[in-house]
Amino acid sequence: MSLLEIKDLKLDFGRGAEAARAVDGVSITIEAGETVCLVGESGCGKSVTAQSIARLVPVPPANYVGGEIWLNGRDVLKMPIGELREIRGGVVSYVFQEPGAALNPVFRVGNQIKESLKLHKPEKANDAEVIRLLKLVGIPAPESRIRNYPFEMSGGMQQRVMIAMALASEPKLLVADEPTTALDVTIQAQILDLLRDLKNRLGMAILLITHNLGIVGDMADRVAVMYAGQIVELAAAGDLLRRPLHPYTKALMNSVPKLSGNMDRLVTIPGNVPRIGNFPPGCRFAPRCPVARPSCSDAVPELVEVEPKRWVRCPYWNDPIK
Amino acid sequence: MIQSNNVSLLEVKNLKVHFPVKTGIFSGVHETVKAVDDVSFSIAPGETLGLVGESGCGKTTLGRAIMRLVEPTAGSVFLDGEDITGMRGATLRARRRKFQMIFQDPYGSLNPRMTVEQIVGEALDIHNLVDSSSARKKRIEELLHAVGLDALYAQRYPHEFSGGQRQRIGIARALAVEPKLIICDEPVSALDVSVQAQIINLLSDLQQQRGIAYLFIAHDLAVVEHISQRVMVMYLGKIVEAAEAEKMIREPLHPYTQALISAVPEVNPETKRQRVVLPGDVPSPIHPPEGCPFHPRCPIAADGKCSQEVPALLEKSPGHVAACHFAGKKI
Amino acid sequence: MTASATPESIDSPEQLPQWQLFWHRLKRRRIAMVGGVVLVILYAGALLAGFIAPYHFDRVDNQNFFHPPVWPHFSGVHLVVTRYESMPGSFVYQAVPNDTAPVHWFVRGDKYDLFCLIPASIHLFGTGDSKYPIYLLGTDQFGRDVFSRLLYGSQVSLSIGLVGILISFVLGLLIGGISGYFGGWADTLIMRWCELIMSIPTLYLIIALRAVFRPNISSVQIYGMIIIIYSFIRWAGTARIIRGMTLSLRERQYVLAAKSMGQSNLKIILRHILPGTFSYVIIAATLSVPYYILGEVTISYLGVGIQEPSASWGLMLSAAQNTEYMRSFPWLLAPGVAIFITVLAFNFLGDGLRDAADTKS
Repeated sequence: MSLLEIKDLKLDFGRGAEAARAVDGVSITIEAGETVCLVGESGCGKSVTAQSIARLVPVPPANYVGGEIWLNGRDVLKMPIGELREIRGGVVSYVFQEPGAALNPVFRVGNQIKESLKLHKPEKANDAEVIRLLKLVGIPAPESRIRNYPFEMSGGMQQRVMIAMALASEPKLLVADEPTTALDVTIQAQILDLLRDLKNRLGMAILLITHNLGIVGDMADRVAVMYAGQIVELAAAGDLLRRPLHPYTKALMNSVPKLSGNMDRLVTIPGNVPRIGNFPPGCRFAPRCPVARPSCSDAVPELVEVEPKRWVRCPYWNDPIK
Repeated sequence: MIQSNNVSLLEVKNLKVHFPVKTGIFSGVHETVKAVDDVSFSIAPGETLGLVGESGCGKTTLGRAIMRLVEPTAGSVFLDGEDITGMRGATLRARRRKFQMIFQDPYGSLNPRMTVEQIVGEALDIHNLVDSSSARKKRIEELLHAVGLDALYAQRYPHEFSGGQRQRIGIARALAVEPKLIICDEPVSALDVSVQAQIINLLSDLQQQRGIAYLFIAHDLAVVEHISQRVMVMYLGKIVEAAEAEKMIREPLHPYTQALISAVPEVNPETKRQRVVLPGDVPSPIHPPEGCPFHPRCPIAADGKCSQEVPALLEKSPGHVAACHFAGKKI
Repeated sequence: MTASATPESIDSPEQLPQWQLFWHRLKRRRIAMVGGVVLVILYAGALLAGFIAPYHFDRVDNQNFFHPPVWPHFSGVHLVVTRYESMPGSFVYQAVPNDTAPVHWFVRGDKYDLFCLIPASIHLFGTGDSKYPIYLLGTDQFGRDVFSRLLYGSQVSLSIGLVGILISFVLGLLIGGISGYFGGWADTLIMRWCELIMSIPTLYLIIALRAVFRPNISSVQIYGMIIIIYSFIRWAGTARIIRGMTLSLRERQYVLAAKSMGQSNLKIILRHILPGTFSYVIIAATLSVPYYILGEVTISYLGVGIQEPSASWGLMLSAAQNTEYMRSFPWLLAPGVAIFITVLAFNFLGDGLRDAADTKS
């Protein structure tokens, strides 16, 4: 049984005539100990999907209109609130993008980690355990650091503290939502190294959300590309990066400048990412797609396994791009 | 000195921007943040000079000091051969037609209460660049077309546009005075990946059509390398390396540059680099280390020399300068 | 040749401008709309006071001191009003049965100046016969119609709020904006000056000044003095807040952009910085008006504000101080009710404005 299985998740914002579908039939599986990356641009629904795993999305304004989320054998969407509190932290933990905003500025760092411990492992809610956790995430001189306030720490340190808080309860799945986007590139390298190291040592599964394909190459076992609330491509990371199949994935990879890469004009994707509630009919990428035909706007294409363990949501994935 | 071969459009000499840190009315201690510490370089007409560095290195302050949005503490800035460092008032205002800036935040860089037409037309009014309202309208339409926006959008408000479109409006605003130099302060960092490419292409095209020079400030090495002919790397207020873009990436001399390059996550799994991870944090500019500013984190720092002597920015090969006692050594 | 491939299209052309969204949100807050409507009625009444009021504020009716309120009633299809009579020597009135007179609309009556300019004598309603008075809210100790005086008084009490916020907010915006924008010693100087001003006790200042002036200066001059003193003190508080907002607004990138294109400092303050404070200013101004109204009420109540025979709500209330009067002739407290309703309406409206502005994302 997989650790996490999201089945056909559908989520709307707003009700009735104003309902806008943010997540439209997303299905992802994560096995224990594997790292899956969820890639997409802003507004594609990746954060909302990830937050649904622990039912963190506030209802209203959101409401779940379909699908199931099986975490460790229980459906998160139907859990009573008591059980939900147990899995939050106990089975799945989160690390968010802006550590400065996620840490409470008026409490010392040590106390915040202890709070996380008190909820799930109260017998270990002491300084010794906090110091152990800080050492685990690579913070030097942890004994003095536990008395620091968040503002006394740099962005990289704060993110390490967030990771320590997330790990305090020994979760089986760590969801990291753009954990390095707000950090400098050398610090980003440190944090990614740390996540890889922790994964190896603790056997934790990681769901890593990012818009940076380079991070996918560094970290992921498998990757899902999202566009306008749907998964458009799903494959093993190496396969996808070597040979992307969906036109959106191909265009995305071509539009990112690479070091020592081609100095010519970047190939751009014309137009804008469609906003929630304003999705075009049929295939949502069709208006911007270089291989689209008129029939693409008739119906939403299905996610099809076109090669072993490679799913694509495009019937013309094999067409060469002119 | 990072020289270019042509007569320079912009020349910065020994620029320093130091901010006093107030530690209380009664305390005698006065500390300074040395945001920009003795920086010199030049930009030729129509060329793009990239400036890359991490947070706290002073790149944004440098850009703003050149724009005179922040007053330099020492040093000088020459534009078209003229010393603009001490200029004020109407003289400075007249010179402002030659250099403009585009900003990072698409949501904060446009006044939400003004229409696109008012935003783009403001500079036209200040400098009396058009003499009738029909000429003004025409000029604004031209500018919008030049950045790929429909002239119909002139009456709309910024909140109706996406991030990429707002950056285009910002670019149109900068183009209104027909500047020779545009300082781009992280213009694509806040945009979606697919939109970044559009804006980068737009800037390239405008440069080819109009011969505008850019000082392109960013923290994304790949973006900077793509658009720039030459690149400078900044660390703690100082330039630590500068060279032609391609050459710098191929043969980085300074250990910090090498670390930056190796830290960039690589998309292609075939070309996995040996990753060098720098320990420690990006340092604070209030208390820079003694000697070489990079030595506490440097993998090849030698005790003694590096912690005592500040390395000078010297030419190690034609057109390629670096500030390191062991420039060229691989980390 | 355009730089990029295709001209961009806007995703959501239906999105309304900000003020329309604001208006929609405001309309949904019923209580704010109620407040707004009440205020519109009150201010319309003040504007048309001479026309709506059946009598001049000065008109004395020697036969009818402390007359109770009399309302027209229907007799068949006509509106009529009953005559009251009092026992000689007492202020108790009895209705005289069947002694009624019809109520007419647009009757000729006391002379007044419409909008303080145009002489007129048509009133909205009346009997045209002084033997049959319509005292909707009774009369006071001088036999003057309370309802009429209430309307004339509202001219003073309501306008003082508007003029007051106009002066104090314009001053507060300019000075606060300049102080926050330029910073440095100008900022320090101006802020200390503001603090000095804020520490002056307004009430005592007015009382002291009144003692200095001749006792018989005209009501208009007193009115002017009250406004000027109050608003010249109030601007300081506003300036401090605007200065705080300016400190953060001046770091916005669009302000930097304006600077880099060579825009003059004054224009930057007026065009880029101060408009960013408007959502606060509208709300603060609305909630400030009651302060001025109550200020005038207090001054006149204490006898150092508007003088007899002019009408103002505060002055009318001071006449009602007597507990004997309050017990026997409670209609004299009508101005108190009017003040209460006005202040409440302003607060509701201000709250609604604040809520409507808050949900801006």
